[in-house]
Amino acid sequence: MSIDKETARRAAHLARIAVAEEDLDHLAKELSNILGFMEQLAEVDVDGVEPMTSVTPMRLKRRADVVTEGNMQDKILSNAPDAREGFFAVPKVVE
Amino acid sequence: MSDLNKLSITDARDMLRAKEITAVELTTSCLEAVAAGDALNAFSAKTPDIALAQAKAADARLAKGDAPAMCGIPLGIKDLFCTRGVASQAASKILTGFKPEYESTVTTQLWNAGAVMLGKLNMDEFAMGSSNETSFYGPAVNPWRRAGEDTKLTPGGSSGGSAAAVAGDLCLAATGTDTGGSIRQPAAFTGITGVKPTYGRISRWGIIAFASSLDQAGPMTKTVRDAAIMLEAMSGHDPRDSTSVDLPVPNFEALLTGDIRGKKIGIPKEYHLDGMPDEIEALWAQGAQMLRDQGAEVVDVSLPHTKYALPTYYVLAPAEASSNLARYDGVRYGYRAKLKQGEGITEMYERTRAEGFGPEVQRRVMIGAYVLSAGFYDAYYRRAQRVRTLIKQDFDKVYAGGVDAILTPATPSAAFGLGEMADEDPVKMYLNDVFTVTVNLAGLPGVSVPAGLDRQGLPLGLQLIGRPWDEGDMLNIAYALENAAGFVSKPAKWW
Repeated sequence: MSIDKETARRAAHLARIAVAEEDLDHLAKELSNILGFMEQLAEVDVDGVEPMTSVTPMRLKRRADVVTEGNMQDKILSNAPDAREGFFAVPKVVE
Repeated sequence: MSDLNKLSITDARDMLRAKEITAVELTTSCLEAVAAGDALNAFSAKTPDIALAQAKAADARLAKGDAPAMCGIPLGIKDLFCTRGVASQAASKILTGFKPEYESTVTTQLWNAGAVMLGKLNMDEFAMGSSNETSFYGPAVNPWRRAGEDTKLTPGGSSGGSAAAVAGDLCLAATGTDTGGSIRQPAAFTGITGVKPTYGRISRWGIIAFASSLDQAGPMTKTVRDAAIMLEAMSGHDPRDSTSVDLPVPNFEALLTGDIRGKKIGIPKEYHLDGMPDEIEALWAQGAQMLRDQGAEVVDVSLPHTKYALPTYYVLAPAEASSNLARYDGVRYGYRAKLKQGEGITEMYERTRAEGFGPEVQRRVMIGAYVLSAGFYDAYYRRAQRVRTLIKQDFDKVYAGGVDAILTPATPSAAFGLGEMADEDPVKMYLNDVFTVTVNLAGLPGVSVPAGLDRQGLPLGLQLIGRPWDEGDMLNIAYALENAAGFVSKPAKWW
């Protein structure tokens, strides 16, 4: 299956990556090549085969539903490009 | 300048314990080598102050006789590991300025064992690449050169800075991570040993995530014995990583007897590739003979789904990456694009990620988003998960047949020139991982051991794939192979 310009635009938007209009054709070609490589998987008989969700058979451990580490607002905000008054700051979202 | 930087972990440990050298002397020697090694572009951040403070503390422990094997050993740390207060950028522009407030479990364990941090090591951006050329810092350079040439070669990737630093004796050993071959391929390209442990052996906590179901950290060292020592220090259960397994960690070094009599070694017929250099075929055959000479039984085995491993990987790894890398949105850490008048939060996300991620990372994140999107999830992602089950079953059957380890080439070629693949289709670069990626998909341990030189004088490696949780036996066979191969070549210093 090949990817057209519109599909490339959609993939870029899903990934939240801005792509200039003039680069979309090239992107579509690149993504098509990679998907073409993946097409080989279509020839494998996977009837009745369980999809792997964990490579090691294991049960996830449980723990008490309590805060284990907290009260570190300063540390959490210390790397933010923009933090004000104890919050992450972003451009206005709601008019 | 002393030559202490050229020591193995094993020799340094013994000399430190015998008080023949101090950790400060050893660290100083490495810091000098690092300072003189800029042409290799292996280090992305140097931490001499931390190193000397840790070395002094190590000497105090050594004086008291409280010295684990890694005490006083100077290491380089791949830039993918979060280290408190020290730039940890995954070689990406998008993490510009990021200094973690926490320390990864692996590095915490290493520092608790007394190891010394020389700095952070170059890599492919977010560990996506096989040549170090996707790094925002520019590529690390292989200390090896083709005979009679000064072409700059790749140290491999993604752990290319780690490989260059160890091969160039800038450090005694380094941490790496391996999602599809990122420890074993660069180890092979630089004539060093690299171990990818069983999935779950080492905590992933604090390691910047690429594809969580495949990522494992491991040691990159000058010898198999060093790898055994460092693997033990890195391993163990961590409640902060729900996929880290609660199993006892063996003393891997104690298992290196070199006795492999009666071991059954599988040679998978599907790993004979069309167009593979005859030197690699020959090395592989020699490796099998070396094991046979030491009393192992070599048998042909079949891993029928091998050819589907790369396409499976290139569905699953980008899918997981697209999810893991969603966090880089310009809000919590790192780079944020400058907004123009009237631009809102969507433009902030889209431009931050367009400006912050390099082309290969962008490609993979978009492919990942695509294969997970409505309408394509079953055709690509779910199908790849099913094929992954079949790939693992191939190995399960071989091991159920009594095979102890599988011997393969580590890479389909020796190190190539930086820039030589620039005009190729990205898929061409992916073929570097053809022998290593199956191991990640099946969650198995693998080790790359330097085994010879090609006609141009470049190192070539062989890979051993072990049974799950049996790194000890795998390393013992690797140790026997190392002894027989007698690989002692070092790159001639040009930097």
